[in-house]
Amino acid sequence: MPGQLPLGEPAPPDGRVPQGLSQAAALRPLSAYVHIPFCASRCGYCDFTTYTPAELGEHGAHQPYVQALLQEMLLARRVVPDTPPLQSVFVGGGTPTLLPVAQLGRILEHLRQTFGLAADAEVTTEANPETLTPAYLEALLQAGFTRISLGMQSAAPHVLAVLQRQHTPGQAVRAAQMARQAGFAHVNLDLIYGSPGESDTDWQRSLEQTVGAGVDHLSAYSLIVEPGTRLAAQIRRGELAAPTPDVLADRYEQAEKFLSANGFLWYEVSNWAREDSPGAQCRHNLAYWRGDNWWGFGTGAHSHLGQAPSAGQPSALRWWNVRHPRDYAARLAAGHSPAAGRELLGPGEISTEHLMLGLRLASGLPVPPGRDSTAARWAGEGLVEPAGLAEGRLVLTVRGRLLADALVRDLLDEPS
Amino acid sequence: MSHSSNGPGSRQPSLDPGHSPASRIRNFCIIAHIDHGKSTLADRMLGITGVLSERQARAQYLDRMDIERERGITIKSQAVRLPWTGLDGQPYVLNMIDTPGHVDFTYEVSRSLAACEGAVLLVDAAQGIEAQTLANLYLAMENDLTIVPVLNKIDLPAAQPDKYAAEVAGIVGCEVDEVLRVSAKTGQGVPEVLHRIIQQVPAPTGVAQAPARALIFDSVYDAYRGVVTYVRVVDGTLTQRQRILMMSTKATHELLEVGVISPEPVPVPSLGVGEVGYLITGVKDVRQSRVGDTITLASAAATTALTGYKDPKPMVFAGLYPLDGSDFPLLREALDKLQLNDAALVYEPETSAALGFGYRCGFLGLLHLEIVRERLEREFNLDLISTAPNVVYRVQVEDGREFIVTNPSEFPTGKVAQIHEPVIRATVLSPSEYIGAIMELCQSRRGTLGGMDYLSPERVEIRYTLPLAEIVYDFFDQLKSKTRGFASLDYEIDGEQQADLVKVDILLHGEPVDAFSAIVHKEKAYAYGVQLATRLRELIPRQQFEVPIQAAIGSRVIARETVRAMRKDVLAKCYGGDITRKRKLLEKQKEGKKRMKMVGRVEVPQEAFIAALSATRPAADSSKGEK
Repeated sequence: MPGQLPLGEPAPPDGRVPQGLSQAAALRPLSAYVHIPFCASRCGYCDFTTYTPAELGEHGAHQPYVQALLQEMLLARRVVPDTPPLQSVFVGGGTPTLLPVAQLGRILEHLRQTFGLAADAEVTTEANPETLTPAYLEALLQAGFTRISLGMQSAAPHVLAVLQRQHTPGQAVRAAQMARQAGFAHVNLDLIYGSPGESDTDWQRSLEQTVGAGVDHLSAYSLIVEPGTRLAAQIRRGELAAPTPDVLADRYEQAEKFLSANGFLWYEVSNWAREDSPGAQCRHNLAYWRGDNWWGFGTGAHSHLGQAPSAGQPSALRWWNVRHPRDYAARLAAGHSPAAGRELLGPGEISTEHLMLGLRLASGLPVPPGRDSTAARWAGEGLVEPAGLAEGRLVLTVRGRLLADALVRDLLDEPS
Repeated sequence: MSHSSNGPGSRQPSLDPGHSPASRIRNFCIIAHIDHGKSTLADRMLGITGVLSERQARAQYLDRMDIERERGITIKSQAVRLPWTGLDGQPYVLNMIDTPGHVDFTYEVSRSLAACEGAVLLVDAAQGIEAQTLANLYLAMENDLTIVPVLNKIDLPAAQPDKYAAEVAGIVGCEVDEVLRVSAKTGQGVPEVLHRIIQQVPAPTGVAQAPARALIFDSVYDAYRGVVTYVRVVDGTLTQRQRILMMSTKATHELLEVGVISPEPVPVPSLGVGEVGYLITGVKDVRQSRVGDTITLASAAATTALTGYKDPKPMVFAGLYPLDGSDFPLLREALDKLQLNDAALVYEPETSAALGFGYRCGFLGLLHLEIVRERLEREFNLDLISTAPNVVYRVQVEDGREFIVTNPSEFPTGKVAQIHEPVIRATVLSPSEYIGAIMELCQSRRGTLGGMDYLSPERVEIRYTLPLAEIVYDFFDQLKSKTRGFASLDYEIDGEQQADLVKVDILLHGEPVDAFSAIVHKEKAYAYGVQLATRLRELIPRQQFEVPIQAAIGSRVIARETVRAMRKDVLAKCYGGDITRKRKLLEKQKEGKKRMKMVGRVEVPQEAFIAALSATRPAADSSKGEK
């Protein structure tokens, strides 16, 4: 969850949504995100909705927070009484595995009881490499989790130090292997590239170790220096050098080259999955990118309900919860929605989001009406795959992926 | 200060305008550097002659501006009639005529001087004479004016009256003790100045019976009254209700009102030989009542005009564009209004691919440009971008045709046989220790030394002939910085010269950008090209493709820089909580894109044009190129 909440209109205290959207929810796939806003310490680059014990004091108690989550689930069911069973669940943070495993189990169980869980549902939790044990993993499996996502960031100790991560490079790899051995078919490692002090060789080693850990999924993010973080302050003071766009582009190309040569295929700008592992692509994240419905539970979490595609004037609703666990729990205890604000999306916004999300996917974006000449120009400039274009889709090349935002802006311009 | 009721220097029953014998009239102006105390002396003279009360006279210039604002009219005293009793006990009329103090208005100054028989040379006793003062003094001497030298501010602790009296005496050619010493602030010595004017400045001469001839020395637009024309009658009489003829334009008008200023306008029946006053005909545009023109009577016209009339001729041109394109009609309206009061301002619409719709404006000089631009911005609330100023070139191509080029983009494309550029005669006054620095500067601007004179052992007058193009950008700033602010500059146009000039174009991704084209000396073309290309490389954001920036003379590229293609423009993460933020960012960027100017396929932020135009010097000093 990014740090800043958007500006929107106020949300109604009872969390009600327009009737059309509530009814449409019966016809659209539904996913659930659960936010656990606790971390043992804060990493230097992180601006997520997360709190350390020192920051929270008495509000850091896990039990009341989980209780509040369960209350939000009941509220959600009242707002959308009729939905298909959940196709995916993602527990993120923060550090979900700071909770006793029984609490994670309780959360999942409650979701199952409230919304139902599809038989083949993907159920992911993020996990902290340095505290994971075989017993914890075993208990997660028992509870119904099917996928583990681990933050590795880098194989280079000096890069981890810059990022102020607490784990050592080997821990993430060992945790991933442990998860595989425990029986998780789907394990992800997150990497960050372009950190101050990272060399090509450092990055190459990170990629090699990730693939060597036997995971079937990898996310690689360029370092983003978010305002207000310790990292931003260090760069401002000149203690660290900000990554340049050219270095970031080099690293990305390096990743694509290595991963594609080692059995991984990109399916989104920052995500790769093993070709030979069915179900390796993260279905939960695909739900975001395809504009499915999802309910985000917990502090700072965003939710999205879209109109049935058959509706004449498409509309959708997105809202986001308050950021502090104390406010969150207090609102739910009073029987109110924890939403801090919301926005109603009209056809224009929906179309913009459709372009900006669809163009990031390997499945591609159907060439928008009237943009054939843009598409042809992009193919000529090596920005989209000719093969995709032959099927009427814009599928970005490596170069195109690196310029995806600029290309979306081109699509948003009036066709000339 | 006190005056007896009928002794010398006291107020007298004033002589009636229109009936004052020419022998009792003295017409004079004050030649002074800005801040050498001209306004204070003028106010003091108004006070002791009783035209203003002492208390009013102490109210300084700024207060007068306030009055102007309150009344919404212009009461600038272009000429004030001062009654004064001479040492001989006779009543006199002293007409004090204001002169514009700006370097670009030499012609206007010369017309004001032509309306006078004498000039008070006012010099700060702590600073000595300045270049512009000297130039105006020479102009006055060429017009055969009697000079009354005066040192002001003798009450200042830093005053060196003996030293500067010697300097002034040396320049004017008088005895040191003939230089009057006054303090306009305290009033000390001011009556002596008035007496000296009566004693030394000749009375006007003219023929009362001849056909009327009057010289226009100023012409001001007033929102309520139309154009107020200031005149000096040379021959004959101008009487209310007569029809007058403007001798240069042949236009005739009725004299709705004639009068004198004392210090408010006072209508009078007529103005006779030697008199100074104003007239109103109801015209709305100062170009119909031009400074330097001769007024005569339509019924009994003079056959020959007074000499010295010149059409104002713009020497410096620049494109003015509204920052916000929708302000274009506002700019046109503002220029139309300014022109009512500025006969020298010329403009015509032009279109720039880079800057949109604007006007190519012609000015008398740099200062005139600055004044006009400042007035447009301040009085009309416009945000403007101006192209680099350029001069007028006369370009002959090989087939013999000739082009007058006021905009580099109009430079002929064919084979050029000859190019002529305007030159100026510059006078620099400076402490002698900066001679080296000044010569170095002038030399680097293609200057030719004309001569050098010591005004005193420490002060020197240096004369250079320079191409006007070499001073239109930052010459004055450079001169000031190289002499710690001590040097002063004056110049006047001095014909033209043939020069080895070329047009340098700047191409962005192969497309010429008209706003950056410049005509420069061949030896400076490379420096200009490199400087601008380097600057643009820093200012133009990376695009999806590589953008070459080239400086070229014709088809020959003399400098090249490249804006490398942008390789990464994508946010790494776009999950559930990122979507709203990211969509809003895209919407914002889309808005930002609208403010981009397209040069071919290259998106250039308007700020880049502004920054590049404000930081370039077409006449860049090639030996010391800025990095």
